[in-house]
Amino acid sequence: MSEHTGGRVASASDHTGGRVASASDHTGGRVASASERIETTTTPDLGTRPAAPGATRSPEGSLFRFATAGSVDDGKSTLVGRLLHDSKAILADQLESVARTSAERGFGGEPGAIDFALLTDGLRAEREQGITIDVAYRYFSTGRRSFILADCPGHVQYTRNMVTGAATADAVVVLVDVRNGVLEQTRRHLAVVQLLRVPHVIVAVNKIDLVGYDRAAFEQVAADVAGLARDLGLPDAHVVPVSALAGDNIVERSANTPWYDGPSLLELLETLSTIDELETDLEALRLPVQLVIRPQGALSPELIDGRSGSEASVRAFGATRPPAADDFRDYRAFAGRIESGTVRVGDVVEVFPAGVTTTVTGIDRGPVAVEAASAPLSVSLRLADPVDAARGAVIAAAGSLPKPRRELEADVFQLDGRPLTPGSRVLVKHGTSTVQALVSDIRGRLDLDTLETEPTAALETNDIGLVRLKLAADLAVEPYAAHRRAGAFLVIHPHDGATLAAGIVTEGGPA
Amino acid sequence: MTDTNANSSGGRVAPEARIETATLGQGLDTGAGASYSTTDTGAGASSSTTGALDALDTLEAEAIHVIREVVAEFERPVLLFSGGKDSVVVLHLATKAFWPAKVPFPVLHVDTGHNFPEVLRFRDETVDRLGIRLEVASVQDYLDDGRLQERADGTRNPLQTQPLLDAIAAGRHDAVFGGARRDEDKARAKERIISLRDEFGQWDPRNQRPELWSLYNGRHTVGQHVRAFPISNWTELDVWRYIERERIALPPLYFAHERDVYARDGMWLAVSDVSPPRAGETVERRTVRYRTVGDLSCTGAVVSDAATVSDIVREVAASTLTERGATRADDRLSEAAMEDRKKDGYF
Repeated sequence: MSEHTGGRVASASDHTGGRVASASDHTGGRVASASERIETTTTPDLGTRPAAPGATRSPEGSLFRFATAGSVDDGKSTLVGRLLHDSKAILADQLESVARTSAERGFGGEPGAIDFALLTDGLRAEREQGITIDVAYRYFSTGRRSFILADCPGHVQYTRNMVTGAATADAVVVLVDVRNGVLEQTRRHLAVVQLLRVPHVIVAVNKIDLVGYDRAAFEQVAADVAGLARDLGLPDAHVVPVSALAGDNIVERSANTPWYDGPSLLELLETLSTIDELETDLEALRLPVQLVIRPQGALSPELIDGRSGSEASVRAFGATRPPAADDFRDYRAFAGRIESGTVRVGDVVEVFPAGVTTTVTGIDRGPVAVEAASAPLSVSLRLADPVDAARGAVIAAAGSLPKPRRELEADVFQLDGRPLTPGSRVLVKHGTSTVQALVSDIRGRLDLDTLETEPTAALETNDIGLVRLKLAADLAVEPYAAHRRAGAFLVIHPHDGATLAAGIVTEGGPA
Repeated sequence: MTDTNANSSGGRVAPEARIETATLGQGLDTGAGASYSTTDTGAGASSSTTGALDALDTLEAEAIHVIREVVAEFERPVLLFSGGKDSVVVLHLATKAFWPAKVPFPVLHVDTGHNFPEVLRFRDETVDRLGIRLEVASVQDYLDDGRLQERADGTRNPLQTQPLLDAIAAGRHDAVFGGARRDEDKARAKERIISLRDEFGQWDPRNQRPELWSLYNGRHTVGQHVRAFPISNWTELDVWRYIERERIALPPLYFAHERDVYARDGMWLAVSDVSPPRAGETVERRTVRYRTVGDLSCTGAVVSDAATVSDIVREVAASTLTERGATRADDRLSEAAMEDRKKDGYF
């Protein structure tokens, strides 16, 4: 585990929805006045839902990815269903089908109640067993943002699923049953979140209706979460009292919790910053080259002989004339996605592994030439000099490149059923490179309960271990703490191709 | 433009674009592409893309990244192309991913024999415009020689799987792009962006590779192939907004037009040779459009006045039905209809 400077819980500064409840906030006994409250969430009439303007995706809205995690029976599927339902992401035919199945299976609760879990459990085996097996992706949007929700099952192979869902998440929502409080599994989930550097954590303290909306019960959990966040070094943790079943504080703030003056879950999700919003301006340019585009004679026919009906291809040349085939005779560009930072025409860049320095002469987004582009856009870069940069090369801001590594140390999340042992020959996939590697040492496995590393001979499924890998070729790896996309890699079985483990670089070995 | 013009020496045409992926140090060009303006003068497009990105920019970037990864790592990719809006969008993304080179893979159409004629015309015009090869797997051929039999309900949608798998094998395609989206169906919600298929084309939803960050593991053994879904994370509304933003051409039946239709199972079906009305079904002339493009025999039209893409964006945003719920008989068979077809190798 890396060192950290102490967990900041309940940062209210980065959102507009008001202060987030935390243990410390509540000791002061601040109570929202009635006028600050928003009316209680009501369950819409399922049959005649009108199209809500809020349900449409804003053309200007950004994309926010988040994952949900929880323990068995803490109501995660219900929460996800509630979020989708109340944000009007579930359409009438889906709802009708779920309501019908709920009735057929005698789902409990009030007459007409629906089993929201049926919305998210997409596989027959899941519906039959009433469990969630695999990460499921869900989509909804509000007037402010579009969301991709990775719904991670909490009990079966929880590390594997948590890691998958959280790896690209801007936030993770962890559910806690207010009656059970913080469990070992909550601690494990949060430890994974910290390792993966998910920028924001929201702990949804669920089933608050079952304790009569008791403030003290919530504050006990909030205090425990605050302590845990400090121990783990979570940078930004928020705690919200909710009832997924009743809808309290999911979309709108609830009158049932007058002692809570923070934002609802959805308000938080709408206002927290994405990874790219937080980091693009801070990080240096990295563009792993996926392939080199050299059309030569195989131009798109749209560009030949003025057949182009495409206004876009005219744009690339300014308004002077449509492009002609000859214009592209010597076109050569390096295609890839900007993983971090910003590139501008005229920037001096350095190319790994060649080590040469050159200047960016053009940035193409398809047929449109742009002056600058930032992560995570996919672009093609034209360079001033004939540099040697094929797939596997990395184009980076001059002077920012790490030393090439032949050895690295990493935390790995063991995903496959077969144990990983010292001496294993594997493949490491990093950026656009795949190289042979040897597991030279397994230094230990992380005990998520004590956060201590204990010695082990092998890593079993769902273990998190500290390993050393020897690489057959240079890689531009960097510590995950400094550069998340340049610090992440997969460990792959060399014969059957299975993904054995996911790794995050803790430090580079000797260069 | 003078540098590149001066170098021109006649119209040599290579069969495929050179997309270098594997080797360092191939022949290097000088003055590459540095000669033309980097100023975008087009209306509406941003010349600097460093500010807050909207959702479509992010989704486009992810899709282009996936398409380029597959082309770089696989020998013989192919795109399943039905002429429907989703596969049209994937093809458009591919043109942007490799511009100014042409799209470096062919397209494959599974022809059920129940296609809308205007969609087939659109398909042929599109491959001609882009100069790419069209492969066709014909369900009719299989019916003619007895390898498949017509179903009692007349729908040919489930019959597509075998011709599809045979065409993948015949083309030795190791990667097959599709326009499937996770928001279409709850089984598709569990699908990976790069998804392994075994020698029988089967999907094993309970034993999928975890997919982390944007590191796609497409390694496979002989006989296996992958399906690649670049627009997995798009919704129907995203697709329409993108079509609007990029001004992408579509088959005319997506837009409101007059047609002879009759009501069946709560949908409006078109009158055609392969989908005649049964006794008791009344034919009406109505203004309709299609939200999805499948077979004449199982795809319903919706009553709509939406004649332009902007109209459709508004209509989709306000719709209370999913596109498959509104228009596809094949998905109404059971709660797990899509999962069962996908497990057998369907797209």
